[in-house]
Amino acid sequence: MLELKDISFQVSDENDKDKEILRNINLTINERFVAVTGPNGGGKSTLAKVIAGIIQPTSGRILLDGEDITEMSITERARAGVSFAFQQPVRFKGLTVKDLITLAAGKDISVTEACSYLSEVGLCAKDYIDREVNASLSGGELKRIEIAMIIARGTKLSIFDEPEAGIDLWSFNNLIQVFENLHRKINGSILIISHQERILNIADKIIVLANGEVHAAGSKEEVMPTLLKTSEACSTLMDKIV
Amino acid sequence: MDQIQKNLLAQVADLHEVPEGAYNIRSNGKLEGRNTTANIDIVTKEDKPGIDIIIKPGTKNESMHIPVILSESGIKDLVYNDFYIGEDADVTIVAGCGISNCGVDTSEHDGIHTFHIGRNAKIRYVEKHYGEGNGSGERILNPTTVIHIDEGGYMEMESVQIKGVDSTERVTMADLKAGASLVVKEKLMTHGRQKAESKFSVNLDGENSSANIISRSVAKGNSEQIFISHLNGNNKCAGHTECDGIIMDQARVNAVPSLSANHLDASLIHEAAIGKIAGEQLVKLMTLGLTEAEAEEQIVNGFLK
Repeated sequence: MLELKDISFQVSDENDKDKEILRNINLTINERFVAVTGPNGGGKSTLAKVIAGIIQPTSGRILLDGEDITEMSITERARAGVSFAFQQPVRFKGLTVKDLITLAAGKDISVTEACSYLSEVGLCAKDYIDREVNASLSGGELKRIEIAMIIARGTKLSIFDEPEAGIDLWSFNNLIQVFENLHRKINGSILIISHQERILNIADKIIVLANGEVHAAGSKEEVMPTLLKTSEACSTLMDKIV
Repeated sequence: MDQIQKNLLAQVADLHEVPEGAYNIRSNGKLEGRNTTANIDIVTKEDKPGIDIIIKPGTKNESMHIPVILSESGIKDLVYNDFYIGEDADVTIVAGCGISNCGVDTSEHDGIHTFHIGRNAKIRYVEKHYGEGNGSGERILNPTTVIHIDEGGYMEMESVQIKGVDSTERVTMADLKAGASLVVKEKLMTHGRQKAESKFSVNLDGENSSANIISRSVAKGNSEQIFISHLNGNNKCAGHTECDGIIMDQARVNAVPSLSANHLDASLIHEAAIGKIAGEQLVKLMTLGLTEAEAEEQIVNGFLK
């Protein structure tokens, strides 16, 4: 279980004026599949980075299964059971897909095991296992490898930052299946940042983050109607049309 | 051969015992062992130190090892090795030099290797350099490689220097006739106060000749590296030179790629990129549970693999 208590994060802009990216976030994540959605710039990715330890919050506490992890480094949190799939996966010259999956698994694994993780994300394993994770891989391929690494880690909390970003529609349909499978199989919790209705549809809980604040949190039946109603972009558009 | 010498041999030539096929092992300036085969002959030079390696035309799937090891402090070794690769041959040659210097005097090995690659011959040449020992004596390796490739010939050269060599000055010169190709993959890591200089000069003389020089290097500590690569396109040809460097600590890397196109159909490219390890790469590996130091090590090892 992940608990966020009064998490705030401020940065200074060019005029030295404080800007609040996250404001008094209080959340409990206990469900198996939680989706975070909301407009761009609302603080979703920042929140994910705060949980993974990449960004230190200005104030507030983070608890994982009751243990305060706020002061822990990225490495310590990873070892405590937090995994984080980047929105833009990182490329490595020289490191192969097998190398990264092995590092993710945290132990020497056989080629067969590594391949099984790749197969789960819809990659034909034998074509990829020895490929370098460099510019020769497409954005969609990198995304899948990123997800395979999270599966290989198998930690109690897995965070995915917009796994659909940069993926074409055809690949996206396959990706949805990956998450549907993950939803069934995962032992811990999945926290997924997404704008995709199909992802939101399989979520046990939806959190709407806008302007650095939690606007809504609840089941999809509770949140989805408000989500469509309160969309500022839509209402502006409607104003113009009417 | 003692344990130090055996260890050096394993490091530079992956040899744990006497190899199969042709070999010539030179230890502390003296011949330690030699074997020739029906197709590969090794002859000691009479006018100067070194050997002639003569590979018969049409020799296929054979390999030979010519490691050099120095385990005594204060040795200065200079050899001239000439390779004559017959037409249509297809062979692998593993060279390499290991120095273990526990003394206070400088140990140095300078090898001048000249390759005469016959028409349509294909050769893979692997050269590893390695230094060890906790003495204050320097470990110096200065290899010079001169390559002449006849029509349709091909050479792939892999050179690796990962550890323990205090100073190296590497010079590689090549000229290529029509349809000849040269591929060089250089991997270099320096640390402490080491200095490494690598110079390439390639003449693409023949029509449809091609060269691809790829250097990957990591400079740590207070080490210094200089990479100079020059391609001359003297005919219709294709040339590419690339230097990719990771810089750490207070190290310095100087990359000077240059191209001369002396023919309208010469197509030449150079690339050089030097930078520190990207922060996001470290963060990614740390989210997998590695410490920053472990992440750095993985990135460097992968880069030089």
